[in-house]
Parts: sequence; C-alpha cells; structure tokens
Amino acid sequence: MLTVSRLTKRFGGFTALNEVSFEVKEGEILGLIGPNGSGKTTCFNCVSGVLAPTAGTIRFLGDDIAGLTPDRICHRGLTRTFQIPRPFRKLSIADNVAVAAHYGATERTSEAEARRRALQVLDLVGLPTDSAALPTQLGAGGLKKLELARALATGPKLLLADESLGGLDPGEMASAADMLRRVRGELGITIVWVEHIMATLMRVVDRVVVLDHGEKIAEGRPRDVAEDPRVIEAYLGEKIVLE
Amino acid sequence: MIDPIFLLEAAVNGIMLGGVLALLALGLNLIFGVLDVVWIAYVDLVMVSMYAVYFTVMVYGWPLWLGGLAGVALGVVLGLLVHVLIITPILDSPPVNQLLATGGLLFFIQSFATFLWTTDHRSVRIALPPLEIAGIFVSYARLISFVLSIAVMIGLYLFLTRTYIGTAMRAVSQDRGAMALMGANPQRVYLVTSAVGGAMAGVAAVLLSIQYSVHPYFGAAFGPITFMICVLGGLGNMVGAFVASFIMSEIIAIGGVVWSTEMGYVIAFALFIVMMFVRPGGIFARRQ
Repeated sequence: MLTVSRLTKRFGGFTALNEVSFEVKEGEILGLIGPNGSGKTTCFNCVSGVLAPTAGTIRFLGDDIAGLTPDRICHRGLTRTFQIPRPFRKLSIADNVAVAAHYGATERTSEAEARRRALQVLDLVGLPTDSAALPTQLGAGGLKKLELARALATGPKLLLADESLGGLDPGEMASAADMLRRVRGELGITIVWVEHIMATLMRVVDRVVVLDHGEKIAEGRPRDVAEDPRVIEAYLGEKIVLE
Repeated sequence: MIDPIFLLEAAVNGIMLGGVLALLALGLNLIFGVLDVVWIAYVDLVMVSMYAVYFTVMVYGWPLWLGGLAGVALGVVLGLLVHVLIITPILDSPPVNQLLATGGLLFFIQSFATFLWTTDHRSVRIALPPLEIAGIFVSYARLISFVLSIAVMIGLYLFLTRTYIGTAMRAVSQDRGAMALMGANPQRVYLVTSAVGGAMAGVAAVLLSIQYSVHPYFGAAFGPITFMICVLGGLGNMVGAFVASFIMSEIIAIGGVVWSTEMGYVIAFALFIVMMFVRPGGIFARRQ
C-alpha cells in the first residue's frame, strides 16, 4: 500500500533520515519506533507532505507522492495526527471535525453529509457530539481523541498516528491502543503508529520498524525485534518485556 | 459650555462614522488574520474603487446602484491581483519585506492615480436631505452608509461562521499547517480571503463615495486610522477591531465638536500611543 524507498531528509548538514526503506501492507498496523531524535517524526512529515524529502521515493497506492502538498496527499487517502494535538482552539469540537470531513473528502461533500460524518467519527472516538463545546474544555486524553477524530473524518485509507502516549496515564494509554485497534477493525484503515514507549505498542502492532539516528536498524515481528541486540542497544539497554 | 444637543449629535455622527471605519478595519484584519500579511495599501485600493464609482456614475451616467456594484467588483479584482502579483511571491518572506512591498504598492497607487486623474477632488453628488430626529440632524448618506456597513459586517460574520470556506478561513488563521493536512488547499483559502477582503474594500469605497470626495491621497486620510484601529483592537481580532472603530470614531466626532476635527484626530492618535504602552496586544489582549 505504501512503499518508502531510500527516503533521505537533510536539514543543512544534519541528516535526519538516511536512505530509509520500508513497506506498509494493506490492513496491517505497523509500529514505527525508535528513541527520541531517531527520525520517526521527520519520516511522518515527509510521507504526509509537511516536509519535502531530500531524496528517495514514497509510493502510495501505486503513485509517487514524494514532494506533493499535504492537501493533495490527504485527498489520496493518507493523513496523519500530531504528537502534540493541534486543534483549532476557537472552533467548536464539532466544527473542528466537520471542517476536516468537508475538505478531506475525495468527492464533493454536502454540508449535511460532512456534519453527519463528523458526528459519526466523534461517536466512534468517544467524544461528546454536543456541538457548542470548545476544544479548550478537553483534557490531554480528550485532545488526543479530537486529533484522531479530525484525521479519521478526512476518510483516510492509511493513517499515520503520531501517538506518543507519554502525556497519558496507563488507563488512557490502554484505551488509546484499543482505539487504534478499533479504527482498523471497524473502519478497515491501515495504520502506521509512531511511539517511543515500546511496551504498549508492541502488544498491538503486527510488525515493527525501528529507527535509530535516522537509519533503519531492525524490522520484523514485535517478538523478534524486541530480542534484536541493536534495538536493545539503541534503547540504552532497556529490554522490552512482552508478557 | 457646549449645548448637550451638539454633543449628542456628535455622538450619533460618531457611531455613523464608526460603522464605515469598522468595515475598513475588518477587511484589513481579515486578511491579516488569515495570511499574516498587513496590506498597508488597503485604503488605497478603496480609493481606486471610489474612482470607479465616480467615473461610472458621474461620467458614464450609470445609476448609483450599478456604479456601486462596479466598485465592489473592482475591489474583488484588485484584492485578487494584489494577492497573486505581490503577496504570493513574498508569503514566506520576513514581515518587514512584506511591509515594504505593500508600502511600495501604496506609493505606486498614489502616484499612478495622480498621474491618471490629477489631484482634483471629485465627488459623487447625490442630493439627500438631512434627517431631523428630535432636534438632531443626521445626514441621510451617513445613515445609509452606517446601515449598509452593519449589514455587510453581519454578512461577513455569517459567512465566517456558517459556511465551510469561512470556517476554513478561521481554521487557517489559527493553524495553517493543520488545515492543509485535512485536505484544504491553503492557496485557495488565501485567494478567497483576498477576494472577500477586496470586496469589503469595494463596499467601503461605495459607502465613502456618497459622503466624501475622492482624490489620490484619500488613502492617507483613512489608511492610518484604519491600521491604528486594527492594532488597537489587536491585529487579527475581529471583535476588538469592531469595538476599537467606535471608540476612535467617537473620540474624533466628539473632539471635533468640543475643539476641532484636527484636535479630535490628535486625541485619537495620542490615545493610541498611550494604549500601545498600556496594552500593546490590543484592548482585548489577555495580560501575560
């Protein structure tokens, strides 16, 4: 579904991503992990069009999308969430999602249709559908849900979820992981999930790609990757325990 | 001692003036809010549209409503031209370059207008009797301008809150990048914003045409006060600009009766300078 080959991004003399290649298969949840500063977010930025890659190709559903603008990429069915939620603070929660449903759609969507889709998505992520509430009334968990709802409202085929559950308590973390499972199960959306706390992610994803210092150091099933000496080294010896 | 009736009359006239000033300020503010660029030459675009109204009505003999529509249409065209030719290439440049570019446009328009139309004052003469309500005289032209200004501002409010493109404009003004990820092409949103800002300049031009005569330096008379109102209200803050318009217009109108019109402007600008020290973020800015 998504084939990233030899993706490279340099900022001046600093190489944030160095010839990274990986593939995402339709219907899977792929984990993209690595320590802080390993290039996960840069990789997301390149794939979603926020940054133009320095070199390499990104093929999505057969077409090279490297260097396209984010709105074009969104219309092809690929969107992302941000690690730090970026809601439109002065728009109501419902408007935040409705505007995404309206502009993200591949075909022209009527206002009523967009509004209906927005309510559906809000319901799925478990946010109140009460239209007047502002995002500023939400807590950290609620803002994460809103971020996800906006991305889902655009009707993606592939979702890049920059989750980083760092700001959440264990209960919220588990429910966020569960949410991504439901997104795949109920909406059939393929997911790439970025995270640097590995334990939660490892229980949910089908496969893992590990980045370190801008290079891919491992790829495979969670169980095998967790045993990989290079991964253990990258995480400063912190071994991931899977029950 | 001034007869209270004159003060009341001045206050009423101040409100009338405030309506048109608010229209100008909201147009400038809308563009700033979405694009982050201050069109220093905004009121000079208004001036060009005023010439359109003058020529179509007074020279070609069109009815006022048709000339007015021509003025608004020209405003839209000018707004789009400014965006495509001047703003688009410098959208990511430092703010000072953008100020210099739109400031340069101001002098270009002024000089070109002087070259084309000389410095003669030209006015659209419409004979409307003044209106007397309870001993207060209000000019009909001003009343019509005020009512239409308010109507256009209500229209703008509904446009921004009830339509998707309006909602997208508000969204882009809060976070450019996030809106693009949700499929809205920012360039299109900018283009629509510039067209709407231009249309508001056009409407303001029509309403100013029936009250004032036009000359190439018209922008110098209304430009600084418009910019000042936007800053006073908090750049990009629509409600702030609306309120600031009436504060400024009242100071000018009442100061004009008590002392003189010039003194009214002196007080308004002095207040502005003081406010910049007291509340640099605008009257509605939260204290840090």
